[in-house]
Amino acid sequence: MQQQILQVKENVKLTDSIYRMVLVGDMSAIKNSGEFVNLEIPGYFLRRPISVCDFNANELTLIYKVVGKGTEVMSGAVAGDSYDVLLGLGNGYDTTVSGSHALLLGGGVGVPPLYNLCRRLISEGKKVTVVLGFNTANEIFYENEFNALGADVRVTTVDGSYGIKGFVTDAIADIDYTYFYTCGPEPMLKAVYRATKTSGQFSFESRMGCGFGACMGCSCKTNFGNKRICKDGPVFVKEEILW
Amino acid sequence: MVNTKVMLAGIEMDNPVIPASGTFGYGQEFAELYDINCLGTFSFKGTTSEPRFGNPTPRIAECSAGMINAVGLQNPGVDAVVSHELPEMKKFFHKPVMANVCGFSLEEYAHVCEVLDSEEQIGWFEINISCPNVHGGGMSFGTSPCAAADVVKAVKKVTTKPVIIKLSPNVTDIVSIAKACEAEGADGISMINTMLGMRIDLRTKKPIIANKMGGFSGPAIKPVALRMVYQVYEAVSVPIVGMGGLMNAEDVIEMMLAGATAVEVGTANLIDPFVCKKIVDELPAVMEKYGIKNLTDIIGGAH
Repeated sequence: MQQQILQVKENVKLTDSIYRMVLVGDMSAIKNSGEFVNLEIPGYFLRRPISVCDFNANELTLIYKVVGKGTEVMSGAVAGDSYDVLLGLGNGYDTTVSGSHALLLGGGVGVPPLYNLCRRLISEGKKVTVVLGFNTANEIFYENEFNALGADVRVTTVDGSYGIKGFVTDAIADIDYTYFYTCGPEPMLKAVYRATKTSGQFSFESRMGCGFGACMGCSCKTNFGNKRICKDGPVFVKEEILW
Repeated sequence: MVNTKVMLAGIEMDNPVIPASGTFGYGQEFAELYDINCLGTFSFKGTTSEPRFGNPTPRIAECSAGMINAVGLQNPGVDAVVSHELPEMKKFFHKPVMANVCGFSLEEYAHVCEVLDSEEQIGWFEINISCPNVHGGGMSFGTSPCAAADVVKAVKKVTTKPVIIKLSPNVTDIVSIAKACEAEGADGISMINTMLGMRIDLRTKKPIIANKMGGFSGPAIKPVALRMVYQVYEAVSVPIVGMGGLMNAEDVIEMMLAGATAVEVGTANLIDPFVCKKIVDELPAVMEKYGIKNLTDIIGGAH
């Protein structure tokens, strides 16, 4: 983990409540897809944990949803603003176990961490199918970006206004995947847990205090004992999860 | 050259800065970030007889200038602390550590202390009679002078190391409780634990924290902590470890002027994992700025 002051390069609205912020600076502390960063928000006490959507040595892309006052402040950031950020938090996804065909299942604001993962799996020569789930057509983001990476992309909407009508789990029956990766709201993760036929990895979110394993604010019980979502997660393998 | 050394209950510390229990684990997470031997010491995670998972989540809520936690004393239990945490800690921390102990009965407090008393790494005991987040224990011992005195008596019987009693601010008269602890032989008082607080989510219209209430901490409570340390300093002669919302070296000096011999820094660690190192590093310059040569000289200086 490192503490860095990062500069905002751009902060753009993708949908009504989803924004993309690109930050520049030293990103060497970020090692893995599925990690998160913790941003200090001017005027607010606790940092805000946001998953890493994409990164390279000196650029970090975050996609976040405005859900409260902290993210509302973030949404007003403009190029040149700076943020105090803790980088390199959480374990991230393990791609060594994916086999030849990875299935990525993302729901809403759970989509972003799958983006860098998708890029990495493809660079490792694996076939990747991505299913992105949204409530309705005007909430959709990043369909084209996943396509551009070379993934086979399917989109589901709950109201059927775009793509396949239903949930992400309604769009996977015919896919011959060897492993899966998922991130999204907990009811979706539970549905994925039941609907999938292989092992896989789940990324969780939680209210956190510190984000680096000190405060025990985000503990959960697993099949392998008590774990901290921030430090031992946020990615857990299917076999660990107590559902 | 300024002198940052202080003497706490018979043990000399290089400086008065102590990360507070519950914000520093058993040191491992911070030892990965910096050499924690720069600290005066640290107070490790509150330890009970048996392993505890703690309270359901959410356990954390934000407030203006602070936060609420209701972790509920999650810890691996004293046997795992002895078999795993202390041997691990030995690899990266080479100073006497402060053992924070909690219990749900007098017997539990005594048992945990007895087990830990023979561990050479432990310098002090900090007995938590003030945890607001567990039922039937913790704070219930810290809210009456008699119950607090009983804990001190039970613990002093089985320990050879200095015993510091950590007090709750959620009481009508903290001075009488401090005096009762001193009368039973407490070697120090640490104060204050968190203040009982609540936040409510306007969307769900329910408390944010699963346990409903939790311990309020952070810079918002500093004036309360300063006031209480000031009051207790006038009433007891044992050293006080002062804490409550300290964020920087100026805050350390302010707390020592109120009467603290050493200080704990808690919540600040959670938003800035390097804060205790920064405080230790900036302390000499801040002392010079205010014309302080020996830190010991300013203890209780505001009286």
